[in-house]
Amino acid sequence: MPLIELRHLHKAYGSVVALEDLNLEVPEACLYGLLGPNGAGKTSTLRILATLLEPDSGSVQVAGIDALKQPRAVRRHLGYVAQEVAIDKILTGRELLQLQGDLYHLQRADRDQRMADLIELLAMGDWVDRRCGTYSGGMRRRLDLAAGLLHRPRLLVLDEPTVGLDIESRSAIWDLLRQLVSQGTSVLLSSHYLEEVEALADRMAIIDSGRVIAEGTPDGLKQQLGGDRVTLRVREFSDAAEADRVSALLRPLDGVRQVVVNRAQGFSLNLVIDGEAVINSVRQCLDHQGVPVFALAQSRPSLDDVYLQATGRTLMDAELALAGQRDLKQEKRQSMR
Amino acid sequence: MTSPTLPSLADDSGALSELIQETVALTRRLFLQLLRRPSTLIAGILQPLIWLILFGALFANAPEGLLPGGMSYGRFLGAGVIVFTAFSGALNAGLPVMFDREFGFLNRLLVAPLRSRSSIVLASVIYITALSLLQSLAIMLTAAALGYGWPGGAGLVLVLVTLLLLVFAVTALSLGLAFALPGHIELIAVIFVANLPLLFASTALAPLSFMPSWLGWLAALNPLTFAIEPIRAAYRGPLDLSLVLLEAPYGDVTGFGCLGILVALTVGLFLLIRPLLNRKLS
Repeated sequence: MPLIELRHLHKAYGSVVALEDLNLEVPEACLYGLLGPNGAGKTSTLRILATLLEPDSGSVQVAGIDALKQPRAVRRHLGYVAQEVAIDKILTGRELLQLQGDLYHLQRADRDQRMADLIELLAMGDWVDRRCGTYSGGMRRRLDLAAGLLHRPRLLVLDEPTVGLDIESRSAIWDLLRQLVSQGTSVLLSSHYLEEVEALADRMAIIDSGRVIAEGTPDGLKQQLGGDRVTLRVREFSDAAEADRVSALLRPLDGVRQVVVNRAQGFSLNLVIDGEAVINSVRQCLDHQGVPVFALAQSRPSLDDVYLQATGRTLMDAELALAGQRDLKQEKRQSMR
Repeated sequence: MTSPTLPSLADDSGALSELIQETVALTRRLFLQLLRRPSTLIAGILQPLIWLILFGALFANAPEGLLPGGMSYGRFLGAGVIVFTAFSGALNAGLPVMFDREFGFLNRLLVAPLRSRSSIVLASVIYITALSLLQSLAIMLTAAALGYGWPGGAGLVLVLVTLLLLVFAVTALSLGLAFALPGHIELIAVIFVANLPLLFASTALAPLSFMPSWLGWLAALNPLTFAIEPIRAAYRGPLDLSLVLLEAPYGDVTGFGCLGILVALTVGLFLLIRPLLNRKLS
């Protein structure tokens, strides 16, 4: 039985549809990544899991418990680290953790031992006795992780855990998450960073416009795509006419697919080739026609290619397109009780 | 597996201790905030203190026997300012809750497996009650130092009970507003607007007999008046709650009548905000 089972989730905020028939299964003891641009529905999904938000329809099972009928039972199993860290600036880190421990009804001795362990694990040091208002972004995130882990949840849910963090804090958090999973905690994280999901996730789902559009292991998804990605630059700065001419030359070749002119990159050509031999026939063809080659790069498919294939646009383009449409004030109001 | 009733009993006592644990923790947080940012406490004492000293001095030389029962104005005002202190303190009850809503801290509480979410409301009530009573006590001590008197043993109990009832009612109102209004700006605006008119349109500063009939009507309907009159009676001397304390345009109200109205108001307000709290905290 999967640890998390989301079935046919729908959620709309007024006329804005956040989730549209979202289905997801997350196995136990696994680091699971939700990849998608901001505004794709990742946060809504996680808020529903954390029992903060009720879907308009659909079912939510966590560890075999119906989260919509028994939210309190689910809360015991779940640690939730929200994207925007809500802390009480005037309390010290230790006081906040004590409060958190009492809200989860830990026994005092157990709570204090657990706190000492987590403070050590997260290298919070003296900071834990200073007021939260003085914390850097990285320290705040560490405190939030400690709070989320205090009651030894079976499942840790993190919404964009490394957004806006320095590289050092980010890699510290990555290490911690790997360690947790190796000790049997399940981790579900959302991210709009390809490299984060690529580096961490055992399994992943790509979310776009409120639904899951691809699911599997990162390697599996890449292999499903097949072929290698080739970037060809005829000269450093080509023009549209030349790019179209070369693209017409390459398109009929055997084993060449998806020839695309990339205007943003000086009219370079992106194409997919099936099999190692094809790159030679591309070179020969260009040679015969007297077309110069400034650069020719070949790579295995990346998660960005997976995303591109599934949605028809790159993650970056999706980010930019959605960035203009979002009403952040409206979203804040919706998340307010 | 001895008897089916045993586990449920154990579960009940566990539930109670969990409820106490979470309520104590939430209350402790509010007091820690107060200790580290004591300006609300100080302002809450300073403002009525200024009223008491300045306003009390305003009529110091008024002709004797102007007030019913031949009371001095300072002594008359004392009861009004004590009630006003408790009232304006309790009116702020919603502010911490509103900030928690706005900054998302409430979500942190709602993600936790709280035994009952009433612990969030309960913590606010405990905190604001203690704070308002502390502020009122400071004013009572100052009034005594200014020579405006001190209620006797039974009188002190009456003062306490009356203040508690008023504080509960106003806290309920403020918590309701904290969940109904969109943000702290709106809440502060309501508090700001409600504060002074409710003071003026009550018997805190002048008796009903001084007022034109329209204002007399307002004052005789104002909940503050029903708290002021019993406290004033407690300061006046021998305590008898069956005496008429308020000669309202709609009829005479005894001390028991005043307290009864406060009880009804408190219960009514809590019943009124309950559906709202249930919805917002569900």
